[in-house]
Amino acid sequence: MNGSTKIRIIAGRLMQALPSVFGIIVVTFLLTRALPGDPAVYFAGPAADEKSIQQVRESLGLDKSLPEQFLIYLGDLVQGDLGVSVSTGFPVAEELWRRLPASLELTLLALIFSISVAIPLGIAAATRPNTWVDQVCRLIVTAGVSLPVFFTGLFMVYIFYYILGVAPSPLGRLDIIYLSPPPVTNFYTIDALIAGDFELFFAALAQLALPAITLGTFTLAPLARMTRGAMLQVLSSDFIRTARASGLRRSTVLYTYAFRNALLPILTTLGMVFSFMLGSNVLVEKVFAWPGIGSFAIEALIVSDYVAVQGFVLAMAILYVLLNLTIDILYTLIDPRVGLDS
Amino acid sequence: MNEFFKHLRYVLTENPVTLVAGTLFMMFVILAVFGPLIVPYDPLASNASRTLQPPSWDHWFGTDQLGRDVFSRVLVATRLDLAIAVSAVAISFVLGSVLGSLAGFFGGWTDKLVGRLTDTIMAFPLFVLAMGIVAAMGNTVENIVYATAIINLPFYARVARTEVNVRRNADFVLAARLAGNSSIRLLATHIYPNTLPPMMVQVSLNMGWAILNAAGLSFIGLGVRPPTAEWGIMVAEGAGYIVSGEWWLALFPGAALMLAVFCFNLLGDGLRDLIDPRRRT
Amino acid sequence: MRRRDFIKTMGVAAGASAIPFLKFLPAEAAGRGDTLVVVTGNGPNSMDIQRKGTNRPSYQIAVNLYDRLVGYGTKTLEDGTMMYDYQTLEPELAESWEVAADGMSITFKIRKGATFWDGMPITAHDVKWSFDRAVSLGGFPTVQMKAGSLEKPEQFEAVDDSTFVIKLLRKSKLTLPDLGVPVPIIFNSKVAKANATADDPWATEYLHRTPAGGGAFMLERWDPGQQTVYKRYDDWKNGDLPGVKRVIIREVPSASTRRALLERGDADVSLDLPPKDFAELKKSGKFTINAAPIENSLAAIGLNLTFEPFKKKEVRQAIAYSVPYDQIFKQAAFERGIPMWGGKSFSPETIEWPQPFPYDTDYDKAKALLKEAGYADGFEVPLSFNLGLAQWSEPMCLLLQESLAKVGIKATIDKIPGANWRTAALVEKKLPMHIKNFGGWLNYPDYYSFWVYQKGRLFNSMNYHNEEVEKITDETLHLEVDHPDYEPNIKKLLSIFFDEVPLIPVYQPYLDVATQKSVTGYEYYFHRQLDCRSFKKATA
Repeated sequence: MNGSTKIRIIAGRLMQALPSVFGIIVVTFLLTRALPGDPAVYFAGPAADEKSIQQVRESLGLDKSLPEQFLIYLGDLVQGDLGVSVSTGFPVAEELWRRLPASLELTLLALIFSISVAIPLGIAAATRPNTWVDQVCRLIVTAGVSLPVFFTGLFMVYIFYYILGVAPSPLGRLDIIYLSPPPVTNFYTIDALIAGDFELFFAALAQLALPAITLGTFTLAPLARMTRGAMLQVLSSDFIRTARASGLRRSTVLYTYAFRNALLPILTTLGMVFSFMLGSNVLVEKVFAWPGIGSFAIEALIVSDYVAVQGFVLAMAILYVLLNLTIDILYTLIDPRVGLDS
Repeated sequence: MNEFFKHLRYVLTENPVTLVAGTLFMMFVILAVFGPLIVPYDPLASNASRTLQPPSWDHWFGTDQLGRDVFSRVLVATRLDLAIAVSAVAISFVLGSVLGSLAGFFGGWTDKLVGRLTDTIMAFPLFVLAMGIVAAMGNTVENIVYATAIINLPFYARVARTEVNVRRNADFVLAARLAGNSSIRLLATHIYPNTLPPMMVQVSLNMGWAILNAAGLSFIGLGVRPPTAEWGIMVAEGAGYIVSGEWWLALFPGAALMLAVFCFNLLGDGLRDLIDPRRRT
Repeated sequence: MRRRDFIKTMGVAAGASAIPFLKFLPAEAAGRGDTLVVVTGNGPNSMDIQRKGTNRPSYQIAVNLYDRLVGYGTKTLEDGTMMYDYQTLEPELAESWEVAADGMSITFKIRKGATFWDGMPITAHDVKWSFDRAVSLGGFPTVQMKAGSLEKPEQFEAVDDSTFVIKLLRKSKLTLPDLGVPVPIIFNSKVAKANATADDPWATEYLHRTPAGGGAFMLERWDPGQQTVYKRYDDWKNGDLPGVKRVIIREVPSASTRRALLERGDADVSLDLPPKDFAELKKSGKFTINAAPIENSLAAIGLNLTFEPFKKKEVRQAIAYSVPYDQIFKQAAFERGIPMWGGKSFSPETIEWPQPFPYDTDYDKAKALLKEAGYADGFEVPLSFNLGLAQWSEPMCLLLQESLAKVGIKATIDKIPGANWRTAALVEKKLPMHIKNFGGWLNYPDYYSFWVYQKGRLFNSMNYHNEEVEKITDETLHLEVDHPDYEPNIKKLLSIFFDEVPLIPVYQPYLDVATQKSVTGYEYYFHRQLDCRSFKKATA
């Protein structure tokens, strides 16, 4: 298969995503216009009278008809303008850009935690199916997915910070005493390492620990299940039996041959899990005062900041589409069969 | 049928976890039905002389700021939480399976349309979409149900589509078609029933998620109207009391919530074994 | 370089240029004497109080980073809490001022040697530009200026660099006090003008992000939604130099975390805690709880006169008799306030405001009144509260709901998210029965009446209208308190409030601020923001 085919496949996938993105824009627009509360009233501030509210309404373009507003919105979007947040007074794009690294850093660390727990569990379960090991693995991951994050988060803070004092104060990305490292990637842990400041690195990591574990626990189940299933399938296949029969070491068979072949479905699940996490960490961010885009979205929804909600949802959707695209690309690169039959 | 029961017995004895989950499930159902009848106190009545009491023999789960009995409130909340989850899942099951079946059966633009719809919903951050729907449509329990139903819809539509698609050209369907059955009749009487078992697994797994979602929504203050007891809102309200030492306000409703979700998830797992042991992944 | 050494060097250098590279604030959290750590629920969303859409926590920027012409004096309450004294005005940027013989103008002398942060002298022209801005921008600043009869740029004149004159439209007791509120702050007009554009002549975009003034503190860092850090302006001339060099204001959304931070010693000052936490912290004796009754403010129940039953005075009084005052005060407010029920007489003896209304919990009286009004069987009514204030208003609603049921009134509770609250309660005024907590900045009953009882006013969420209230309020609003007509008029006004009860006060809330014992100098202000200039911190 040559490179141009792959590019064509990728371009095709991109085109497929476009209608969804447009759908999202329409749905978000309608949904946010239906939010309660009059943004003009909010924006006009306390002690504003009818006249100044009307002024604000006009300056925000809220006196125009919905289709007109939608066209204006689309026009702005094309120019990359997400509008100015009603509640914070900053351009939404700027707000999201400032907060996205916090969310990504948390989600990635949660994912790393999740992978490093779920995959061993899944493999363990697959090598001893229907034994007590399998049952225990299943119990653990099911318990993980059953925890309401807002509840476990609260109690972890209570126990580890307030009672035991081992965790740092749940104050977002860094404790009061630290200032953020010089920004390079805006991932505090990585920036701290770049700056060669290990104390800061550990401080940032300590802040990340509790929310990342809370978030990661929730996604153990799909990963572990998929690992188990994929491993079971691979382990019962002919080439593994051949490998075993040829006297290869058990661990070599397991990790080198079996796991590698089970990677593909795991990777797909990983993509789903990541986008799921990015969306579901709003509650975790709220509990841990994490200054990410999730807590931004909750705040915006509560104050009916339609511009911010719109921008957030759109950004998330685009991220989702990009993520799926990346997985597709990886898939295309790893799996020689993809592309030939499409 | 006999085969089925044999299999059921095999699954239950082979898998004690499912047995435990089944028992728990029955308990929750009983509590949901009879809860309001067996509570020791009126879950809404305040009592100025007994505020913020720790768990005791009189008040197993303690009392809250207004002196209401937490145990009674947790029990009574079972019905509401299960009702929200059941009705949300029922709606998304019915809508999703119909849309999915049509898409799988007819293919073509029906399939495309349904596919786009589910893709669009899936591309939203689901919890935020649910929040947005409740915030926009108004702060009521019904809207929590609708929002939860909408975000679950794609899962059913996808399962149904795949199952129908696989069977569309199966021998028994072709035979029925030759016998002169119309398409819709064919779909409704021959194909659709066959999609139910895998859908049931989805339902059970989904129930837990639906409960969590509804509780999460009321945790951030959307939905349930005070003084109604609901697990999520009780955790949210109790959260403010943890640091001051009144841990029982959040712990018990939180534990109930956790147990219910846990039980649904285990049950879903077990159900999957029951329906098709090889599908368990 | 090791962190501690690094800090030492930095601390000595104290150079502003080095700040962006500072990785570690020179304070062992709450341990060091020159840094104050404040935790609060919400932070500023703008550096400019005069901008549209600026939230309440942003007022602290105006208070701490900018100067006004005048400030308020200080008085000490019985329990030792310090509060501003609205009866004495003190010089801030204005060294002195003089009211003209005819009472129609005020001349201010600008302080010699006062400079902005950039070293430029503060002149009367800057004051003129700033005041012009406040009355021209529209919205909140303009309305607030108008309350002091400051309405148009023509009223303001910079005679020379150090002389500023305000020409008055009318004599009003509110003009001078209105100059001490957070709104009429003095901007560095040269910097502002340099950043103004044709579309934006008042530099709203620039000043929204970048403060430009000469106040006691300068902005060191602002991470919206996370923290605001002030640094002392050491050349400040308009008052005593602040006792702390740096103030870190950290936003912590969860109230219980804010309490935990204080208890674990990670924060010096904790704001916005629920009443219960203040009550418990006070009891523990480990912290200083500064409590001042919020002036001109009431936690109250509003009855909307567009709702049919509430059109009858008897029904409103019946509700006032069925409020479980004592229970609400204990279980919702945890006694963090002053009771506003159980007054002796329907004709007030003093003009003290607020003062207890002549109602008490009396279900029999309530039932009798309902019967008289033709509602013996009660009625159904939605009872709404602002979700943002759920900590105390939700239990208040629940208790009220229970009590109302005893006289046959069935209330259903609606919680309304904060943003929607303004629209529903204040602008559309469509909530039949709701919890209110309005407080007026200028401490006069006629000022309260102006905002809450006069027809069509924003905070008249009761849709109340009474010709006599209109007349008395208009007449007394600008009248000096020692004018012979003032007292009889106010008494009449209060007796109407008592009798008609469109608004049922329950208590006057405290503004509670919890601090470590080592922190002193907290002062209560009507704007409810921290004035960090007066804080001192004992070195541990």
